[in-house]
Amino acid sequence: MEFEAIIGLEVHAELSTKTKIYCGCTTEFGGEQNTHCCPVCMGLPGALPVLNKEVVTYAMKAGLALNCEINKETYMARKNYFYPDCPKNYQITQDETPLCKNGYIEITTEEGTKKIGIQRIHIEEDAGKALHREDGTYVDFNRSGVPLIEIVSKPDMRTAQEAKMYLENLKAILQYTEVSDCKMEEGSLRCDANVSVRPKGSTEFGVKTEIKNMNSFKAVEKAIEYEIKRQIEAINRGEKIVQETRRWDEAKGETVVMRSKEEAHDYRYFPEPDMVYLVVDDEWINNVKSTLPELPDKKRARYISEYGLPEYDASILTSSKALAAFFEDTVKEGASPKDASNWIMGEVLRTLNDREMSIEDIKVQPKHLSKLIELINNGTITGTIAKKVFKDMFETGDDPEKIVNEKGMVQISDENAIRDIVNKVLDENPQSVEDFKNGKTKAMGFVVGQVMKASKGKANPQLVNKLVEEELQKR
Amino acid sequence: MLVTIRDVEYVAKLARLEFTEEQKQRFTEDLNGILNYVEMLNEVDTENVEISIGAYRVENALREDVVKDSFNRDSLLKNAPDSQDGFVKVPKVIE
Repeated sequence: MEFEAIIGLEVHAELSTKTKIYCGCTTEFGGEQNTHCCPVCMGLPGALPVLNKEVVTYAMKAGLALNCEINKETYMARKNYFYPDCPKNYQITQDETPLCKNGYIEITTEEGTKKIGIQRIHIEEDAGKALHREDGTYVDFNRSGVPLIEIVSKPDMRTAQEAKMYLENLKAILQYTEVSDCKMEEGSLRCDANVSVRPKGSTEFGVKTEIKNMNSFKAVEKAIEYEIKRQIEAINRGEKIVQETRRWDEAKGETVVMRSKEEAHDYRYFPEPDMVYLVVDDEWINNVKSTLPELPDKKRARYISEYGLPEYDASILTSSKALAAFFEDTVKEGASPKDASNWIMGEVLRTLNDREMSIEDIKVQPKHLSKLIELINNGTITGTIAKKVFKDMFETGDDPEKIVNEKGMVQISDENAIRDIVNKVLDENPQSVEDFKNGKTKAMGFVVGQVMKASKGKANPQLVNKLVEEELQKR
Repeated sequence: MLVTIRDVEYVAKLARLEFTEEQKQRFTEDLNGILNYVEMLNEVDTENVEISIGAYRVENALREDVVKDSFNRDSLLKNAPDSQDGFVKVPKVIE
């Protein structure tokens, strides 16, 4: 039997506000334990939470960027559970009235563009951090009360790849709008997946499992792939899928059942009596709308139409706000879009990947990349040398002109100088001359390579080609 | 009867409370009394009535996003049953 998977994702993103959602403590990451705290975020009795206006603005911004409707009248709810990272024994969140609903994200699949629905986005508080040590559990409440939005997708994804694409696009949009910095390593973006399978063609949903503890997009993809396979194999063996929460074990590459909590999930939501109605009017919504930047989809389309870039290049360049800004700044400094794109797609991203760095960490300035491209185009340096110069720029952040001058990397365009090198190479390689005379034109390529090597990559390649051919003919 | 002793046991468990059989019996009776009284509300037609979250209608008690000084850690930790190295310390819990 052929199966298809049904995947839904729940993403928590920390908002980039300065203060927490219900108190004025800072949201700054790090800090010594329990130093960004007050009675509100420590959940002490009698403390009164007051909603941060900016949280509403940020959440609406995310909602509008994700094509959602805004719920103009909402209220907060208590979600009751016991865990030491939440000392009130309830989380203040939204239940029946999420601030945003019915949006979508577009992803590009092999069959074309596909819309992945967003069921809802609501605002809530983050919990503290629990460290489990031998003699007890230690809790730090600095993160307690940091504002979150939870973005719940519709069960519209069918493969792990689609889930990964959804996440990548979602992350790009949250970063473009500056709603969240989306640093998975700092926990400011977290993702849980709901996965079920059913016979292909069936319209009923199978029993789903929830997967937690995936610390990267790659982990999400791998965990979903594993879970789909696990469920299909279980069904084929005649077993029933049990609704349960499973944890992704990165080291083992498998999902394992989490010890189910003693009681079934019964959060007994009810309206939060310490807070009042949240009402947003058209003016507020329109103000937020007017601050939306150019989003990745639009930017990609513009790169294709305005700059004539291939769709693939445009998608990569717009995949993060910082990368798009780096590209646009390089173009602003004078480089042609095509050259800028080629360099960024090539040396820049390759070097960043090799070093496991992101574009935010790069020392190279866009104006220097633009100058490097100019140095190639005006014949000052060869393409081979440019790659060496770039390596230096990457390490030091220096001006390419300075590097070229200090290291004597200027291109040799002096015919006589190159001719001397060519003849020296030919003298050393009589076999190549012989081969050339016998009609093996490949030999010429070898000689050209040797000449470039002898000139340490500085000889003008066009001249080398021309002179090697001339000198070979003479012999 | 709206509430059985099973319901009382379930809610007590959710709230991490322990009761004697005698107490459970009494709470079952008390809760039934309360719920029977509140049942009266079901006689009212609420078809077109919006959910109300409070006795008074209050909107938008909001705060500007301005950082305020946090509290002194030692004074906060005095409210915890136990603390160590600046952390709140509780009996070990494992997920």
